[in-house]
Amino acid sequence: MAGVVLKDIRKAYGQVKVLHGIDLDVAEGEFVVFVGPSGCGKSTLLRMIAGLETITGGEMSIDGKVVNDVPPSRRGIAMVFQSYALYPHMSVYDNMAFGLRIAHQSKSEVDRRVRAAADILQLTPYLDRLPKALSGGQRQRVAIGRAICRDPKVFLFDEPLSNLDAALRVATRIEIARLKEQMPETTMIYVTHDQVEAMTLADRIVVLSAGRVEQVGPPLELYEHPTNLFVARFIGSPAMNIIPGTIARSGEETSVSFADGRSVSVPIATTDARSGDVVSLGVRPEDLALAQGEDYLFEGPVSIVEALGEVTLLYVEGPSGTEPVTAKLPGSVGVRKNDTVRLHADPAKLHLFDASGKAFSKRR
Amino acid sequence: MISQLVSAFGAVIAGVFLCALYYWLSDKLLQLVFPVRDGDGDVRVASRNLARRASVRPWLFLGPALLLLGIYLVYPVVATFILSFYDRSGTTFVGGANYAWAINDAQFRQAIFNNILWLAVVPAACTFFGLVIAVMTDRIWWGNIAKSLIFMPMAISFVGASVIWKFIYEYKGGKETQIGLLNAIVQFFGGDPQVWISMPFWNNFFLMAILIWIQTGFAMVILSAALRGIPEETVEAAVIDGANGWQIFWKIMVPQIWGTIAVVWTTITILVLKVFDIVLTMTNGQWNTMVLANLMFDWMFRGGGDSGRSAVIALVIMAAVTPIMIWNIRQANRQSEGH
Repeated sequence: MAGVVLKDIRKAYGQVKVLHGIDLDVAEGEFVVFVGPSGCGKSTLLRMIAGLETITGGEMSIDGKVVNDVPPSRRGIAMVFQSYALYPHMSVYDNMAFGLRIAHQSKSEVDRRVRAAADILQLTPYLDRLPKALSGGQRQRVAIGRAICRDPKVFLFDEPLSNLDAALRVATRIEIARLKEQMPETTMIYVTHDQVEAMTLADRIVVLSAGRVEQVGPPLELYEHPTNLFVARFIGSPAMNIIPGTIARSGEETSVSFADGRSVSVPIATTDARSGDVVSLGVRPEDLALAQGEDYLFEGPVSIVEALGEVTLLYVEGPSGTEPVTAKLPGSVGVRKNDTVRLHADPAKLHLFDASGKAFSKRR
Repeated sequence: MISQLVSAFGAVIAGVFLCALYYWLSDKLLQLVFPVRDGDGDVRVASRNLARRASVRPWLFLGPALLLLGIYLVYPVVATFILSFYDRSGTTFVGGANYAWAINDAQFRQAIFNNILWLAVVPAACTFFGLVIAVMTDRIWWGNIAKSLIFMPMAISFVGASVIWKFIYEYKGGKETQIGLLNAIVQFFGGDPQVWISMPFWNNFFLMAILIWIQTGFAMVILSAALRGIPEETVEAAVIDGANGWQIFWKIMVPQIWGTIAVVWTTITILVLKVFDIVLTMTNGQWNTMVLANLMFDWMFRGGGDSGRSAVIALVIMAAVTPIMIWNIRQANRQSEGH
């Protein structure tokens, strides 16, 4: 199994602890995306898998072998850097051939593998060029080509698209997805802070925050069943609305009451001991709709209307001291600034979190 | 002593003040000649005057420097060229006789040979040691201390450095205790003390060691800065590609700072072509250590002086330096432009 197994992986720079014990099991051929805000340790973790950072504690194995002290070149990995990290003084061909030549591959073997990689990435016309004569997207493809040439068991990507412009980012993202399809045996680990990349590419997403794993799961599971407030707010755009409340009645269905005295029934079970607890009710902007009658979740004046054509975003002010609620409504709606609107949501789409941020589990 | 210090200090202050005064006065003058009035004036006149000021100002500010450079640089070159066709007193035209003398003179040939030797050894050695030290000191905690120590000889004058090294090469005849460092070491290992600086051919290298000692710090500082400019990721990519330290150094790092290496190399080359003080202080060209600059000095100021022959030697040095200088400046400009 060319999987990657992390057991209680820790990293500290002197007294500063960066990673606090990461456990993760990446299966062979899986596409795993590390996502999290900047400074959460996701790049550090990737660099530890690559062997560019030492491992302070825990055990890491690739393909069944413990690699804590194995140099990067013998871990069977290849890495694509955010800055591409092409050798500026070498042609595209030499950039891709460098690793193979270092490994004393025969000339014909080097040529075969470089040309095969160039073919996959449509780089053949540029083989003689220097990196500085290439566009950003082409440079990124060379960096990927260099990784392919190593024929790695594990492919590591460190924010590979963040230096590209928006249009190129979409095109390259699709290219990476296609590349993964062509290499079903190859494990890929991809670091990004862009949740769209994470959602579209990943078999499983690992959400990291402040050096800890918040949740691991397939993209839609993270979207539909976040296990805590952090993941709930991190996955999905605009972020999930959080409305503070208290548990008025517990049971099979939980009744949550708000500061203005109204309450709403949520089909999530809570125990009696929880009665009176402070909770956060979560609802995604796209699950909100304009309410016609008296059955509504939230009421307030609209402070900003963002009409994007495809959707309209409404920012609805709540009582002072609370964050505005964002609603994402399909198409264009006839609501103007300062109108008072009522929003409601399908109770099945509501999320409930306790005071510590942990989600009350929903029935699936 | 005190009065000398005071007058030197005063001269520096006065110099800076006069420069500042010149800039201020010349700018005021410019404003008087091309006035720009607030509010009531014609806008077109004002903008034309502003443009004129901008085009005149650089000449005004650079003027004194250009004038002085003309007097002290261009005129001597022309005068030297003319002098090279005249006899020792500079009065009788002798045609190419001085050039013919140079070609046939054994000492001139010796000096040319020695200069070539210096050129072959010193720039290469300084650049090589500077590069190696720059790489090595980057990885150790006391690297900066080591760098400061290695850079320190740069602050010592060539004559001062030569005096220091005289003690290293010092030889005591007879039964006396060897106080020279090199002879002390040789004696410690059971060898016989040598008169190092009068050992023909090899003594050239003992003199070169002094310049290498001084200039390695320069190469180290410049190359160290260049090495820091190498993107860390390219080195990491090479590590993942399986390159070892040696391969990373030669195949990834050195090619990326090749331009800087060339600038350092040529800068030291120009310095070496002008080497004079070290030879004068250590041997004064004796025991086959003569170099061109020293020979020029000898012909000009010793034994009555011969401005014609001296001028020929000066022109030879200039002819050797100029192409390297031009290439060096171009390379340095290209470096600062980013490519």
